[in-house]
Amino acid sequence: MEYIIIIITAVFVNNVVLSQFLGICPFLGVSKKISTAFGMSLALVLVMGLATLVTYLIQNYVLINTWFGEKMDITFMQTIVFILVIAALVQMVEIILKKINPTLYQALGIFLPLITTNCAVLGAALIVVTKQFSFGAEPHMLNLAESVVYSMSLAVGFGVAIILFAGMREQMELSNVPKSLKGTPIALITAGLLALAFMGFQGIV
Amino acid sequence: MSKFKYLIEGIVKNNPTFVLVLGMCPTLATTTSAMNGMGMGAATMAVLICSNMVISLLAPIIPDKVRIPCYIVVIAAFVTVVQFVMQAFTPALYETLGIFIPLIVVNCIVLGRAEAFANKHSVLESALDGIGIGIGFTIALTCIGLVREVLGNLSVFDHKFASSDGMLVFVLAPGAFLVLGYLMVIFNKIKGKKNA
Amino acid sequence: MAIKSSLRNMALVLTLVCLGASAAVAVIYAVTKDPIAVAKADKTNKAIKQVVPTFDNNPSEEILNVPADLSKPNETNKVYVAKKGDEVVGYAVESTTGKGFGGAFTIMVGFTPNGEVYNTSVISHSETPGLGAKITDGQSHFITQWNGKNLVDGSVKIAVTKDGGDIDAITASTITSRAYCDAMEIAANVFNNINNQ
Repeated sequence: MEYIIIIITAVFVNNVVLSQFLGICPFLGVSKKISTAFGMSLALVLVMGLATLVTYLIQNYVLINTWFGEKMDITFMQTIVFILVIAALVQMVEIILKKINPTLYQALGIFLPLITTNCAVLGAALIVVTKQFSFGAEPHMLNLAESVVYSMSLAVGFGVAIILFAGMREQMELSNVPKSLKGTPIALITAGLLALAFMGFQGIV
Repeated sequence: MSKFKYLIEGIVKNNPTFVLVLGMCPTLATTTSAMNGMGMGAATMAVLICSNMVISLLAPIIPDKVRIPCYIVVIAAFVTVVQFVMQAFTPALYETLGIFIPLIVVNCIVLGRAEAFANKHSVLESALDGIGIGIGFTIALTCIGLVREVLGNLSVFDHKFASSDGMLVFVLAPGAFLVLGYLMVIFNKIKGKKNA
Repeated sequence: MAIKSSLRNMALVLTLVCLGASAAVAVIYAVTKDPIAVAKADKTNKAIKQVVPTFDNNPSEEILNVPADLSKPNETNKVYVAKKGDEVVGYAVESTTGKGFGGAFTIMVGFTPNGEVYNTSVISHSETPGLGAKITDGQSHFITQWNGKNLVDGSVKIAVTKDGGDIDAITASTITSRAYCDAMEIAANVFNNINNQ
């Protein structure tokens, strides 16, 4: 039951793009076609799940741990360590995917380098280790499984938003947009209306 | 004088928000008021100037293939420094901006300038570029914040000029997209007139 | 220009850059550690000062850990004791609820020794700006209506009027108002348990 609440919260209520403003660059950049939007989302679900898994373990077993018989808290290195780990992880996924499953690599490969600088990945990794969540129960820090589920659901939320958005942009290609609104401005305004619609999900859990 | 142009270019011609459309996440997320926008802009500017300078210094000794990881480490270090300084001296602002301070690491503006400018120019030029782009970003964020604040909260720099509530939607998430969209339209319109 | 990308060079430079960056961050961390601690303590102290009558001790050093529910003695809330001379003038109770509109929020509730609310203050929240976030406005009716109410003698039903209670909700923010009541209820239970721990 709790996992269902986590998933609904992450996908709809706390939608990464439309309510938390993470990953806006790819949201605007690769949303011209539904097929690319879909590929990007799939790659993101994979990377965000893995990244959160690894950074969660690093946070709790490396940055906060007993080293040399002394309890140490070196969370002040968090930002540097996390971004390096994510960058390395993305590279590794790329290499492994190329070897193991060339077809999938063909589909997702071009999106992977872009994902390192997708702030949703680092953002989710930081949120799950620093913020308390309630999900209908007492406020608590998330455990490993909850963290991974939460951040993969965030990525799914990204997918829902970007695929909807890409659908609208494909339609917009056919319509007559005033000159100064062409390109990014009209995309932003469309995203604004989409965000307005997603606000309806607030408060349901 | 010739060096001065690097500073000006960042503010108008290469404005990171309105022209290059980079660093959208903090632009949309932290501009709920002019003050917050300005704080975010200043924090980003500090990181940008420092990382630009250090990267232009280090560029000659960094092998080409590992340059991006090296830049990221340098940037992350400065971001962490900014994080500590803000936590110590402006705790209220730090709390409002929240996660978007550490996320300066993945702000494409910072890495973008390192890659496109700092590694090919002198320390002084890189610093000027950092200041210019930083100011451009700060102005853009303050503008967006100001518009959202005036419409949504009927206040200017946190001083309320009317006691009623304002159009709340502009302070909320959708307002961010709408205000930035329309400001871009105005920016394009003015630029279009100049060119014609 | 750049030196050759041999494996030795790459490893060397990357290691050096990482070491340099870590050293720089560690130094700044050491320098700012104390100011950060001071800033954090300041915030708590400010909140305490706001919610209890004038005191002359240091409540941050006289903390009681009291459970809201005696059957769960491990889940405690922090209670800051404010004293003037040797006499206790008030208790500041930190209380967190997970029922807010935007997730958890934490408030500080000040009680006089007989259980009347002296004042309340919001420590952290993630409610919608302009709607639920009105709880941070100390002058609003929603916040000031608590002051002087006795929450422990049974004279006040801690719930919004919609739910049959005695508290006027914030217009258009019923969920936030309910959550605030929940936090107050927790605080009242903690206050009750201060003496029968």
